[in-house]
Amino acid sequence: MLRFEHVSMSYGSQTILHDLNFEIDEGQFAVFIGPSGCGKTTTLKMINRLIQPDSGHIYLNGQDIAATDRYELRRHIGYVIQQIGLFPNMTVAQNICVVPKLLKYPKEKNEQLVRDMLAMVDMPYEKYAHKYPSELSGGQQQRIGILRALAASPPIVLMDEPFSALDPMTRRSLQLEVKNLQQRLNKTIIFVTHDMEEALDLADVIVFMDKGRIVQMAPPEEMLEHPATEQVREFLGKHLPASAPADMTAADFMRTGIITVGQDRGIHECVSRMQHHNVDTLLVVDDQKRYQGTVSIADIRLTGHVVKTIGPLVRCTTPTVMASDNAKDCFDQLVSSGFPYLVVLNEDQTVAGIITKTSMASAMAEHLWG
Amino acid sequence: MKIDLSAILHAVLIHLGYTLFSVSIGFVLGVALGILFTRTPKLSKYILPVLSVLNTIPGIVFIGVLFLYLGRQPATVLTALSVYAMFPVLKNTFTGLNEVDDQYKEAARGCGMNHFQRLMLVELPLAMPTIIGGLRIATVYTVSWAVVAAMIGLGGLGDFIYKGVSSNNNALILQGAIPAALLAFILGTLVDILQRHVVPRGLRKRGDEG
Repeated sequence: MLRFEHVSMSYGSQTILHDLNFEIDEGQFAVFIGPSGCGKTTTLKMINRLIQPDSGHIYLNGQDIAATDRYELRRHIGYVIQQIGLFPNMTVAQNICVVPKLLKYPKEKNEQLVRDMLAMVDMPYEKYAHKYPSELSGGQQQRIGILRALAASPPIVLMDEPFSALDPMTRRSLQLEVKNLQQRLNKTIIFVTHDMEEALDLADVIVFMDKGRIVQMAPPEEMLEHPATEQVREFLGKHLPASAPADMTAADFMRTGIITVGQDRGIHECVSRMQHHNVDTLLVVDDQKRYQGTVSIADIRLTGHVVKTIGPLVRCTTPTVMASDNAKDCFDQLVSSGFPYLVVLNEDQTVAGIITKTSMASAMAEHLWG
Repeated sequence: MKIDLSAILHAVLIHLGYTLFSVSIGFVLGVALGILFTRTPKLSKYILPVLSVLNTIPGIVFIGVLFLYLGRQPATVLTALSVYAMFPVLKNTFTGLNEVDDQYKEAARGCGMNHFQRLMLVELPLAMPTIIGGLRIATVYTVSWAVVAAMIGLGGLGDFIYKGVSSNNNALILQGAIPAALLAFILGTLVDILQRHVVPRGLRKRGDEG
């Protein structure tokens, strides 16, 4: 549908576009994004020859656009701009018919065309067709701007930050309308924005540009999963899936300040500690503070009368993990083991903390909702 | 002191003839040159200052110089008045076209209009209020400049004024001055009415409607 081959352009000593190569398929919603000055708008304006490349070729449906009549070319490419640019001296109907008139459509058809067009954006013909742009709200104006671009049924529509001057509510509803129209009419849309949310919502393919080069060209899902560079990741920002669990370790969400008891301690001391901290289990450590196991109130009740210290009652069944272990693995182990908690150990076998199902749930919640 | 109404009427018609003819020529020239200069920004950077210097030369000097070359005939007066009527129209056309917001020019280009279509469908209609403003200035000024026609004996309302001044006859001066003032007022009002008709409804301020 649209193909750029080795397109370059410079302005003075400054390179605006650097050997651009890409292809957009028919019916695709392609969104160009990047920091200001990255060349995205220049790229867009080359498609309808508002800007000429210094070198390289641009093909539209296989035809080199440099070989076409530029006015004819533009009449078959829809164009929507941020400032809207409805002609203030013309009514809504006249604005919609600008391109059909340039293409010398029979006049009788124009009224029906305006009716059909206005119906697509739910603006009644009787109410709006003969109003002037100054009598419409910003959102209504840009709806007409879009209709003007679509009126001559161009297969491809260029949109240069069309919604960035609108308030968030209006922007949202226009985004949905455009996406609907694009799918219903099967248009190829080349869309420039600096709003990553807009790009992720609308795009079939996102083209991320910087300094006149394409940094990454990928569908939104792929870009979210595998941002090509740190810069792309930054642009994706809060839209990235909960900062990759792969980076998290047990130490990030374990509970610390756990009550421990020496293995040579007496039964009574143990019981009073459990009562004081309102727990039914204590972690047992040796004189080097290394983890030995756990002791529970149930075992003490059962056999506490035959032993003096807790040493013989210590069990080592509770699973342990290392503080540097992957968080997801710890969660898996906790769920599959059936134990109410895991003991987290430091490198030197001392107790770092424990992971309970509660700490697991709050860690997940924090990463889902921030 | 007897007032010769038919003489006044005759003078008014000559005066009106000078004004309408010169303003028409000046308007066409002014709009044409104004358009031309907006298309050649490099050239107009040098020409416009020269023109505004010429504009400051008093009409009476210009008409005197023309008189030396063309002699005592209506062409002398009409040429001078046309040139002077042209200046405000040219200046306002140039300003009006340059002040058309880029968004409309960009949209017009994006829609596939060629130079001529952009000019006729978008730029001139949008500049029209300013251009007509120039026409108004040209019209009102030309009524007063046409008084100098009498200086080389070619009639109009200036006749009364010159004769009145030379014979120290105040009534005679007023016979020229009052109709000239009325003429300027009436023509100015006519241009205002024209203004209402050529300015697209979408460009009018709310207060102008209905």
